[in-house]
Amino acid sequence: MSTIVLLVITGFGLGAMYFLIASGLSLIYGLMGVLNFAHGAFLTVGAYGTWYTETKLGGIPVAPRFVLAALVGLAVGTLVAALVELVLIRPLYGRHIEQVLVTVGLALCVTALASAIWTSDAQFVSLPRWTSETTGVVGASIPNDRWLEIGVAALVLLALEAFLRRTRYGLIVRAGVENRSMVTALGIDVRRAFTLVFAIGGLAAALAGVLAALYFGTVDPQRGTSLLIFAFIVVVIGGLGSIGGTAIAAVVVALVQQFANYYASSGIGDLSVVLLLAIVLLIRPSGLTPAAAT
Amino acid sequence: MSKRVLVPLAVIVVLALVPKLAIDIPVLFKSSLDSPGTLQLLALMLTFAGLAFTYDLLFGYTGLLSFGHALYFAVGVYVAGIAMTRWHWSFWPSVVFTAAVGIVLALLLGAVSLRVGGIAFAMVTLAFAQAGSVLAFKNPYRWTGGEDGFGVDYTKVPSGLVGILNTKNLYWLALAYAVGVFLVGRWAINSSPGRVWQAIRENELRVEVLGVRPFQFKLMAFVLASFLATVGGIVYLVLLSGASPGVTTPNFTLTLLVMVVIGGAGSTWGALVGGVVYTYLDHRLDDVAGSHAVASLPSVLRTPLQEPLFLLGLIFILVVYFAPGGLARLGRIRRRPAALEEAL
Repeated sequence: MSTIVLLVITGFGLGAMYFLIASGLSLIYGLMGVLNFAHGAFLTVGAYGTWYTETKLGGIPVAPRFVLAALVGLAVGTLVAALVELVLIRPLYGRHIEQVLVTVGLALCVTALASAIWTSDAQFVSLPRWTSETTGVVGASIPNDRWLEIGVAALVLLALEAFLRRTRYGLIVRAGVENRSMVTALGIDVRRAFTLVFAIGGLAAALAGVLAALYFGTVDPQRGTSLLIFAFIVVVIGGLGSIGGTAIAAVVVALVQQFANYYASSGIGDLSVVLLLAIVLLIRPSGLTPAAAT
Repeated sequence: MSKRVLVPLAVIVVLALVPKLAIDIPVLFKSSLDSPGTLQLLALMLTFAGLAFTYDLLFGYTGLLSFGHALYFAVGVYVAGIAMTRWHWSFWPSVVFTAAVGIVLALLLGAVSLRVGGIAFAMVTLAFAQAGSVLAFKNPYRWTGGEDGFGVDYTKVPSGLVGILNTKNLYWLALAYAVGVFLVGRWAINSSPGRVWQAIRENELRVEVLGVRPFQFKLMAFVLASFLATVGGIVYLVLLSGASPGVTTPNFTLTLLVMVVIGGAGSTWGALVGGVVYTYLDHRLDDVAGSHAVASLPSVLRTPLQEPLFLLGLIFILVVYFAPGGLARLGRIRRRPAALEEAL
């Protein structure tokens, strides 16, 4: 029983990261039709921004230092994402393939740059002691960082929903996902929404980078790419452009992965996820078409 | 004979004669053309030229953006290697078996992933390739050798293809692969299904309206490209006399995409040129990075320059912006082939 509880909560922790990456991907794709391969790069920027700031801040206790560093990491991640949209994506509007290609190049560059500057080895992040302690739940010892990951992702889910449903820009984004040309025809400048969505996606991805640093205890240049692949699977299963669907799919994918990795053997979990994707595709490929952002 | 036939023929003849030429090309190559080191690099360049062309069949000619092409190449490398090294099969049965696996796997996975189009197709092919990569790293039954890969049992490989002295034979093998892929590919592109591929690239909806089901044609392109990539994997295995899991990763597919775009997607020579240039740069940029000129630069400039992938990624982005047709269309009137918008 305690093993199952541990696996479930750890699965939710992993799912939290998948959700943070996938929600941005899904929104960007839904609104702009861009498959953002550089999304893993935003994660890398956020994670390294956090780690680097932390190493430069001496003389402060660990907990506030980590929080401060994480804030810097998030700010840098958001800024980079907004800049990428403005400088690299904007000149290529309407040319989807070229946009994808540019994000691919960017992903290669950022990964290579991170390993050139800070080597390809994982760097240890010093975390507040609380996160490495455990809490007992129904006989299972749950590492505390899992609660943080789940809590943050839940907050982001609520915030995104509130943003999409309650604000004017959220309305424009939702309408843009539904029918971009119609929104433009109504005289609304969708391009500002593009930058906004990129910035939000970058923020979420950077947040995923910070959480990944918590979850794994390290930052490394390849992590963005490896998490991105599962985020793609989550996006396809959850339905492109749908935040709620993404959240459910993220949890399902992470749980399948955790349980299969534990009960079969490590690596089987990753294969099961791919199998899950194949099954979903065979049963309802129609469920994969862009849906309204709900 | 027309110029269209004569020029390629001349290029092939010159390339075939390279191992007989004891010429030094100072800046481009470290040693003379007929030295094993240079021949090995040239053979790699040719193999990747062929492989890039197989990717272009999907991306440039059919408009299918696959992120999982590495899988079929890896099937060639790993299945043939495992058959010879772990199961102790002899060479030709291994090759035939590997080719069969390549075709069956491409049929199965192609049929599943082509149920969705555009970006979802890209993601699904990526996921399948990732499954292959996980398998290669996981080392099931100690077959794949995990992160280290494995060396092929050289006693099973035809003796003419083993050893430094036979590098020229390996070079000719790679040349034969590149030429073979090119000829098969051109023949397929100009055949009537090939015309349907290009029609699908231009406007899939219109193809459907004309009463042709795109699915079979896309599957045909997928299987052909995958099969040719599998053959390339076998050539690569013999060339490097071993397998390493780097060829299974999503990044490997991305490098193929980079080659095709740098060369010019959907053009006659683009993918071949892109494969040659990319592979050359990938190997030679290491030397540039280690050179004195770079070492004396301030570290802000030096650090990025020491990472070939950074430079290649940068070149790639620049090509996308400033030379959308790739190297193949440089200098001509900028004529974007009603690009692959429909694919997305």
